[in-house]
Amino acid sequence: MSTQGLRSPDRRRFLIAAGAAGAAFGFAAAADAAVSLGPFAGTPAFEPTLWYAIDARGVVTVNVVRAEMGQHVGTALARIVADELEADWDKVRIVHVDTDPKWGLMVTGGSWSVWQSYPMLSQAGAAGRIALIEAGAKILGVPVSSCIARKGAVFAGKRSVSYGDILAAGGLRGGFTDKELAALPIKPAADRRLIGGEFQARDIPAKTDGSAVFGLDAKMAGMVYARPVIPPTRNESKVVSVDESGARGVPGYRGHLVLDDPSGTVPGWVVALGDSFIAADRAVRALKVTWENGPTAKVSDADLEARGRALINDAAAGSLVVNDPGVDAAFSGAKSRLEAEYTTDAALHFQMEPLNALAFERNGIFEIHTGNQWQSLILPTLAKALGRPETGIVMKTYLLGGGFGRRLNGDYAVPAALASKALGKPVKLVFTREDDTLFDSFRSPSVQRVRMAFGEGGRVTAMDHAAAAGWPTEVMAPFFMPKGANDRPYDPFAINGANHWYNVGTHRVRALSNDLANRAFRPGWLRSVGPGWTNWAVESAMDEAAHATGQDPLAFRLKMLDGAGRNAGIAPSSVGGAKRQAAVLSRVAKAAGWGGKLPAGVGLGLATSFGQDRDMPTWTACAARVRVDRKTGEVRVEKLQLVVDAGAIIHPDGALAQVEGAALWGLSLALHEGATFRDGRIQETNLGAYTPLRMSDIPDLEIEFVDSDHAPVGLGEPATTVVGPAIGNAIFNAVGARVRRLPIRPEAVLAALKST
Amino acid sequence: MAKFRVNGRQVEASGPEDSPLLWVLRDELGLTGTKFGCGVGQCGACTVHVGGQAVRSCLTPVSAVEGLEITTIEGLGAGGVHPVQAAWVEAQAPQCGYCQSGQIMQAAALLSANPNPSDAEIEVAMNGNLCRCMAYVRIRKAVKLAAAKPRRKAAVRAAEVRS
Repeated sequence: MSTQGLRSPDRRRFLIAAGAAGAAFGFAAAADAAVSLGPFAGTPAFEPTLWYAIDARGVVTVNVVRAEMGQHVGTALARIVADELEADWDKVRIVHVDTDPKWGLMVTGGSWSVWQSYPMLSQAGAAGRIALIEAGAKILGVPVSSCIARKGAVFAGKRSVSYGDILAAGGLRGGFTDKELAALPIKPAADRRLIGGEFQARDIPAKTDGSAVFGLDAKMAGMVYARPVIPPTRNESKVVSVDESGARGVPGYRGHLVLDDPSGTVPGWVVALGDSFIAADRAVRALKVTWENGPTAKVSDADLEARGRALINDAAAGSLVVNDPGVDAAFSGAKSRLEAEYTTDAALHFQMEPLNALAFERNGIFEIHTGNQWQSLILPTLAKALGRPETGIVMKTYLLGGGFGRRLNGDYAVPAALASKALGKPVKLVFTREDDTLFDSFRSPSVQRVRMAFGEGGRVTAMDHAAAAGWPTEVMAPFFMPKGANDRPYDPFAINGANHWYNVGTHRVRALSNDLANRAFRPGWLRSVGPGWTNWAVESAMDEAAHATGQDPLAFRLKMLDGAGRNAGIAPSSVGGAKRQAAVLSRVAKAAGWGGKLPAGVGLGLATSFGQDRDMPTWTACAARVRVDRKTGEVRVEKLQLVVDAGAIIHPDGALAQVEGAALWGLSLALHEGATFRDGRIQETNLGAYTPLRMSDIPDLEIEFVDSDHAPVGLGEPATTVVGPAIGNAIFNAVGARVRRLPIRPEAVLAALKST
Repeated sequence: MAKFRVNGRQVEASGPEDSPLLWVLRDELGLTGTKFGCGVGQCGACTVHVGGQAVRSCLTPVSAVEGLEITTIEGLGAGGVHPVQAAWVEAQAPQCGYCQSGQIMQAAALLSANPNPSDAEIEVAMNGNLCRCMAYVRIRKAVKLAAAKPRRKAAVRAAEVRS
């Protein structure tokens, strides 16, 4: 069930380009990239791989294909290169590049950036170091073996020559074959000088003085502003008529467009045009558009949930992601059984920067200026919409005012491009918050059923997990779907997490695509994707099973995290396997004082996760301490403690920031968010109705990383998935009420209290 | 045609009198450091100072600032890096950074009025500023850093006077 082949950037990665030819190819676009952090670099003199170049003054420009959306990814990736290259960090510049086929897959998601990039960026850095040492040794007149590289210079004893001077002298070798690169010595962990330790993120200063340029800030001379009129349903609306009589009096109104979209991305779309955003905004309020709605205009949450439940109850439906033999027999022969249903409501991205895109044609190329997480996904759609080849389109990636998966789906770029093409002018399309929410590809509501079978002594002999939700990958990137044991494709980003590392005897996981959801809205990838809800079911069920069989929830889990068989782990990414998950869980339980005495109404709950994907486990565990008000059902989270084993940590402070944010996301999704889908659309379109966590809601937060030299893995998401179940389990331990729906609302706690 | 001062410069808005100040700042005056988040005054991304007070520019009609002095994030550190901005870097507070102009303007106004706020006072002052990355731990830490040292407090006042 690996999607790794699809995720790995192209093998062209070590295309060698040295000197001026490489410069012309690689740097023409980078020179005016939307995001570039560091001193200006002149013409590159040495470009040993695609991923960086060094100019004659020794300035290293690292090309970053990942988008910056708060994770300080440019800093982390450039540190990897600079460490192996033995570069002077003060002379490293970071460029977030424009789209170009040479970069291979451009995607920023899945918590993949560091994990995927680490091996190739390390090798790329090492290649440069070796070439520079070879050339530096010649200049110094000593054998290569007596030279070392440090801080942007080659040293032989006390004598040295800087990288800039080596490049000025010329004579560097042109490149490395794949075989040579593969044989390059990567430094042992003990010799890392720029990976780990304390340093600041390069993108931060500009984010404190107003100079950081986000998509919303992109400008082009002569641009016309546009605001959409969002149709009543996402997929099947058709414009019947537009009455613009009310809009004609709006100062600066420049007419409207009914978009004709050959790509089918934005059916039923009208945009109002204006000299300013204010004009376009006011025109939208004055336009009267009538639509013919599709059948989904009446769909509501109850219909989606009923459909999910029906799919689960149809044993023949779905894709078998895990399909061990003997599951049904184990249930028939079980000493006892447990069955529970877990549900989650829709959750919005609500990234702070509402969607926007600037589009125009210049010099025969259509330029799309926007913040985006998956350029390689939307480019073919843009090509279809514009009726031109992908080679005639360039996306410039700006800073993202929040990604969280919303901008993996670049659908918002399409109407900007269509409007610009129709108008023959640059168009800046800006969504209001309400437009953004109504057009969100939000996290689908989900329904899950978990069954467990127990033998003697409460030993788990079988687990059967079925999960139904809208499938973002089916709707937007079906080529990314692997096949299950029954040869049916499934969305890994809607089921990962269910294929856990517990030894449960025999195991079945069935993934079900909620076709009504896929039709009624566009399901999206939201931070932590599938595990954001599958782990709610897995970790709640583990707790329920422990209590039902009279076992301690910690000991119960540890017994099953035995690292046996397929849970032993594989080098390099999952070496150690379930034993590492057991280690973080034990550690967090100890730190939280698991088993100690707590006041009445206060409870401690545990949950654990392997992160986003079995191929890239980020071993994570959480202890939540909650206080439950029995009268109101209100839950106050007093403290969250997390222990994370993510292998070697490249940027420790950035890693901590990611886990802090992800954990608070988990809390927000568990207690503060949750949206209503009614009559074909989301009802909570702005703050007030939709209420993400605020500063006053944050609990004490303690985060610990396991000191490790293992392969670095991803950190942006995993902490999100443990907090909800840890809170649910803590509520049970506090007052005996079992909640099975996210978000956890006071009414649900009260109802559960009554049934105890 | 509202006339007012922005970051020490006299300006005149050309659009309708009821235009939100936010869009005048961004699209007419090119001061894009002030951000659009919710448009209903509930996220704080558009916070600027009007006469030294933190104000949500998305809900402020430009006519309401006639003759007044406005400071945006671009003008906060006039004559150098404002201590709140320095604290924000020291705490490595921003993640995506989109809300941070508003957070910083809110914090600067808080510290100008109350140089040594308690945790509860920080919460009350900052609770209207949403951070979707949920960098709240560091935002709180940065406010305290900015407030912590006497030298810093003096600098806050000096910067306010300058602006």
